[in-house]
Amino acid sequence: MSDHIQQAAETIKKKFKAEVSMFRDQVTLQFDKVHILEVCQILRDDFSFGVLTDETVVDYWQRKEPRFQIVYQLHSREHDARIFLRTPVAEDDSSTLSVVPLYPNANWYEREIWDLFGIRFEGHPDLRRLLLPKGYEGHPLRKDVPIKVEETRFSFNYDDIDLGKPRAEE
Amino acid sequence: MGLEEKAGNLGIITTTLENVVNWSRTRAMWPLLSGLACCAIEMMAAQSSHYDMSRFGMELMRASPRQSDLLIVAGRVTNKMAPVLRRLYDQMPIPKWVIAMGDCASNGGVFNNYAIIQGVDEVLPVDVYVAGCPPRPEALINGILLLYDKVQGEKITHWS
Repeated sequence: MSDHIQQAAETIKKKFKAEVSMFRDQVTLQFDKVHILEVCQILRDDFSFGVLTDETVVDYWQRKEPRFQIVYQLHSREHDARIFLRTPVAEDDSSTLSVVPLYPNANWYEREIWDLFGIRFEGHPDLRRLLLPKGYEGHPLRKDVPIKVEETRFSFNYDDIDLGKPRAEE
Repeated sequence: MGLEEKAGNLGIITTTLENVVNWSRTRAMWPLLSGLACCAIEMMAAQSSHYDMSRFGMELMRASPRQSDLLIVAGRVTNKMAPVLRRLYDQMPIPKWVIAMGDCASNGGVFNNYAIIQGVDEVLPVDVYVAGCPPRPEALINGILLLYDKVQGEKITHWS
């Protein structure tokens, strides 16, 4: 761990009771979701983590409570350093604060997360679906959504499935 | 080219209207220049000089649906792309035909999930299904020849 990251991790740990973990020189800070804007503000302005490389979410369905964890990857170009932030989000209140005011490129990341996982971002300027078509129901990358949409067709059940399918007209 | 031999020195050929029209339809069937995924690469290979679809009257892929007779659905069709594809099909002038190229276009293939339509025949009426993932250019050409057989057999009552 470089001095720069260590200093940043110490500051966040002290101020927001963050858990610091390290895996192969990757530092991850885990803390409550209400602090995300303050943490990003400090990391961006005081520790020069100016780039939000990625923002995504992990669904720990049936394994963990709370169910989701939002993952932020920050990069400092001045120090060539990376830091990872994780904020747990519960299933029954699946919303968190948007970081668009600090990192404008989070706009589309958060729209994608809303689209595929159904996590609302409070304070997002334009929370619409990004990838799926208009009028799509549900959030298909949640782990409790069934993978298959149609029974696999084999020779013995081909007719059953084929008869039920919609067919296009001329 | 052999036509002269058959015509003799009369200069007259007798045949049926069905035969002539169907023959002319198959000898200049221009596909729409459209590819959706990796099957499009094989479609391009089939068009290139090594396999040369020009032998079958497909001199060029038309970039406009208004000028094309055949829609080769090359690749998986997503839910989001399906309305676009249907619109392209509706813009093509009659008579028109559709080939579902590859497993994904035929029945969804390996993509049995929320994003992909399980067979393009839910959206378009398909004439010929070509199996393969992706099909080789020979397979596509075989499918096209199969379509030609189908068109050659069409009766005058089928013409719309």
